[in-house]
Parts: sequence; C-alpha cells; structure tokens
Amino acid sequence: MKGYNFGYLDEQTKRMIRRAILKAVAIPGHQIPFGSREMPLPYGWGTGGIQVTASVLGPDDTLKVIDQGADDTTNAVSIRRFFARTAGVRTTTHTEEASVIQTRHRIPERKLREDQILVYQVPQPEPLSRLEPSRAETKRLHALADYGLMQVKLYEDIARLGQVSISYDYPVMVNGRYLMSPSPIPAFDNPKMHGMPALQLFGAGREKRIYAIPPYTDVRSLDFDDHPFRATRAPHACGLCGATDSYLDEVVTDDRGGRLFVCSDTDYCASRRDTAQVAAQ
Amino acid sequence: MAYVAVKGGERAIDNAHAWMAEERRGDPSAPELGLDQIAGQLGRAVDRAMAEGSLYDRELAALAIKQAQGDLIEAAFLLRAYRTTLPRFGHAEPVDTARMQLRRRVSAIFKDLPGGQVLGPTYDYTHRLLDFSLAADNTPQPAAQAEAADERVPRASDILGHEALIEGDGPTGEEPGDLTREPLAFPAGRDLRLQALARGDEGFLLALGYSTQRGWGGTHPFVGEIRMGEVVVEMVPPELGFAIDIGDITVTECQMVNQFRGSKTVPPQFTRGYGLAFGHAERKAMGMALVDRAMRAEEFGEEATAPAQRVEFVLSHCDNIEATGFVEHLKLPHYVDFQSELEAVRRMRAAVAVEPVAEAAE
Repeated sequence: MKGYNFGYLDEQTKRMIRRAILKAVAIPGHQIPFGSREMPLPYGWGTGGIQVTASVLGPDDTLKVIDQGADDTTNAVSIRRFFARTAGVRTTTHTEEASVIQTRHRIPERKLREDQILVYQVPQPEPLSRLEPSRAETKRLHALADYGLMQVKLYEDIARLGQVSISYDYPVMVNGRYLMSPSPIPAFDNPKMHGMPALQLFGAGREKRIYAIPPYTDVRSLDFDDHPFRATRAPHACGLCGATDSYLDEVVTDDRGGRLFVCSDTDYCASRRDTAQVAAQ
Repeated sequence: MAYVAVKGGERAIDNAHAWMAEERRGDPSAPELGLDQIAGQLGRAVDRAMAEGSLYDRELAALAIKQAQGDLIEAAFLLRAYRTTLPRFGHAEPVDTARMQLRRRVSAIFKDLPGGQVLGPTYDYTHRLLDFSLAADNTPQPAAQAEAADERVPRASDILGHEALIEGDGPTGEEPGDLTREPLAFPAGRDLRLQALARGDEGFLLALGYSTQRGWGGTHPFVGEIRMGEVVVEMVPPELGFAIDIGDITVTECQMVNQFRGSKTVPPQFTRGYGLAFGHAERKAMGMALVDRAMRAEEFGEEATAPAQRVEFVLSHCDNIEATGFVEHLKLPHYVDFQSELEAVRRMRAAVAVEPVAEAAE
C-alpha cells in the first residue's frame, strides 16, 4: 500500500516486536511486555495478534485469518483484507495451505505442522486477572509460581457445582512453570496446544504483552488428580458434514426450539463435505 | 433447511461503509463542512481530539472530527493511529510556560499578582441561556484589545516558591520515559503518570477529580493558577547543539496548590498537583491536576484507599482509546465461547437433576 511499510508497521517497530517474541519463545508461557502501537483497528479487535502477524509475515507467506473458527466472520474478513492491502501477501481459507494463521477464539481442527505459525488474539493475557486485579501483584505471583489462587478457584467450583465452571479461556500450565491464558478458546481446544508441532504466538495489544508456546511444548490444563480436565463439546454430529470430533456452533433455526449444530471450523467442514462428494462420485 | 449463515462477509462490510459515508454527508443539499470551519468554529472539539489523540495538528484534528461525524473519541483514535506511523526525531526541551503568550491567566489564591489576572476568552461568567441569534448568520462585535504583556509572567508556584512555601519542581535533566514506546509498568514515575493523564479521557479525569472533592481521597486543593496561551516548542538538534524554535502550540496549564505537609526534617510547605493539556482545555487540566496530586498520596505518607489515589487503577483505565476498543469489542462474535457456556450450564443442570448439589459437594 502506498505510503505505508510492508505489513503496516515500520521496521524499527517490527524489530522491537520480534525481540519480544524471541524472549517469549525462550521462556514459554511467560508474558513479555512490549511497546504495543496504536493500530488502525480498535483495541480489543485483534491489535496484538495483528502486530505479531505483521512482525513475522514475509512476502512469501500465505495468511489465513479466522474468528470463531470461520474465515468469513466480519472481523476475520477485515483483518485478512488489512494484510492483503498492507502486505500484499497471498491469503487462503485452507488451513493446510497457510503458513501463518491468525485466530480469535479457536484452534483449527486440522493438525498443524512444524512449518506453520498460529497467532492468537488475546484480550486478557493475565490468567489471574479475575482473581487478583493488580498487575503489580500478579507479576509477583508468577515470579513465585504461586498459583494457589487458581487452584482454590477450581476447588471451590467443584465443591459448589460438582465441576469446574470455566468453559473457555481455561488456564493452562506451560512447560511446568507458568500459568497461562490460552486466550478465550473453548476448553475443547486446550489439548490441541499440548505438544503442537507449530509455533504458537499470543499477542495482547491493549495489555501490551506477548507470550509464546514453542513447538512440542508440554501444555497441561489445570486440574486435580481426582477431577481430571475434560474437553467437552455439544453431544451431536455436525448437521452439514456429520463430523463427531469437531467443535460445534449451535444455530437457532426457528423460535420453537429448533437447533442445528454445525462445525465452527468452516474450512474443516467444507473440506469434509468436498471429500464426501468426491467419494460419492 | 433453514440454515442461514449469520456470518458477515465482504459485501456486508463494503455496504455498511458506503451507508456510513452517506450518513456522514447528511442532506446533500446542505453545504458540506470545510476543515477550516471545523478548526475555526469548533475549536474546543479540535482541542480535545488533539489532547486525547496525542497529536498537535489542528488541520488533521479537524479532518478526524469530520470523518468521525463529531464523535471525539473516534476522532482521537484516528489521530492516534496516524500518529503512531510517524517517525520520531527526538524530544523537545521542556516548554517554559512562564514565557507563555498569555490569552488567559487567573489565580484563585491571590487577589492580584505580577502579570495580573487576565480573564481572556472564557464562558465562565456567561449566563447559560441559549442564544437564538446564533442560529442565524452572526458576526460578533469586535472585542476590545490591549497590548500583550511581553515580559515573563511568573507562575503562582514561582511566587510561593521564593519563600519555599511550596514544593519545588523536582529534579530535571533525566530523560523522561515515553509510554507510547515502552509499556507502562508499576510503580510508574510521575513523568509517565503525567503523560498518561495528559492523553487521558477528559470525562474520566473530571469524574475522578470530582470524587476527590467529595471525600474519596481529598487533597484540599486551591487553583494556584490557570493559564492558557501560546508557548514556544524548542528542540536541540544533535548536529547543532543549541535549541531552535520549531513552532508554537496552545496549551492550558493548571497548578493546584494543595494542603501542606511537613515532617521532622522538612518544614511544612504546600504540595502541588499539575495539569497540562493541548489547546484550551481548562476542565481537563484541572481534573488532571487533582488526580495527579491524589496519586501522590503514598509519596506524602497519606493513606491511599480512594480510586483516584490508586495509580494502577487510574493509569490502566484513563485511556479512552483502549477503553472504547475493549468495551466495544463485546459487539464482535463470541458464539464459540457462549456455546461452551451453554454446554456447561446444560451439563450442570443435568447433574443437578440426577443428584442434588449438596450431595455432589460431598
């Protein structure tokens, strides 16, 4: 785009962000403060993810952007267009074709590879924020690996409700050291983070933090021996492709209780239907 | 099948933007607003957009206000997003507000003082009656003119400072932090606090300042002085080694004089709260000065319990660009998370139906 650098950010800023990313990769799950810039999209709409993507993107990359698992949600369209316009990179909706995938709230169903980078948009990087609002204090708790607050929260849930009430943004321990917010992905996606071959980068623009999970890192959802973590999904098959292993969106079809359950990952669903069609022919 | 994709898509976005552009223009038979009209006749709006947008440029601010249909937070956001793409050459010398070309200068603590009281262009003593004559074309009577005072006009804090009755400016010389480059960390020094307040939301600072007056962290303030006018911005280019004038900006400065403090080693003296904002922005400068002083509670050994005294609380929430983004992001789709909540509630309700909660807790 005329008047702007490749990928919008100037090279100095990209260098600063890449330094933060390198630190983040070196200390898995640890939040690295960075000089987040104002972006031409509002805070809370993916500015952290966009800055990370802009810093790792090269002209040969192929970018996929999803929101709620789908390529055609308005904000995903907006961010994909932003990079098509400012970086001129190839974009795709196919998970296997993408070298960089920016996501909000989902991890693709298809297994990611070593040559791919998954960039998460993070609204609130501090996993303890709802239990301790002061960042000066949570910083201390992380330094001491003092995660009793969260353990007590999970215990109280089980005592009161019989189960943990957190259904998304379910906290994980990374590499056995740092408690980390996986961003507001459904707890269903948490196990995909463990030992993932792809590099996972997390950008929180408004809160000015970057963190990372290097490939093949140990990522455990917080739980108790007698109450192990369980990944749950709606107990249905996808109404379009019939998948029973994917995360489902619930679509309200009428005002008389009619529901349709469909894959939230639109690329996964479409490719399954394509394969089925080819097989039928 | 009744599956209707609720997901937006490119065409919807394009159409929405086209509709918005049409709405912004309004009735095409009415003349279009020019930037000179906005800059010239909506000056206070321009001032606010510049202050919260952290960019001093009246023309760009006028453009931002036009583009945002007069939504000043949106206008400030447009300026910020533009500002962040500009190269940074360095930092200016501290502006000397004693050398300000004054348009207004009032003190509430001295009846008269060197430089005098200058009321200047103010709404302070207008009666708030709608002036229906403004609805039609209106050319005001020319205002009376006087020679501008050319000499340096000492600030009220300088006057009190002669007797050491008020705390000094503190040490200078150290390069101040820059919160647009480095993320804010706590505890935050006063340089960074003042930076954050200077670009902070006027309404937020007004409300917090007001809360201190009502007992939530009282600081017993007096307006030592408010002054508004033009100051020279100077910079020392490394290749020259001396300061050069790079332009004039309009600023409003507020010096609050607050309750005195003393200890066994320091004799009692008044303390200060400081406010400075781009343009003519007294409400903002005063709110800022009240909150600045309130946040110094710890420094003076006061108990810091009220919201305005809690540095992390104030600084983390005073930026309206951050606030509006995060509040408004709730409009974005959240159906994946909501779905997981739905499933969790259904699961828990099913568990309760099988066995009462009291037993599950055993």
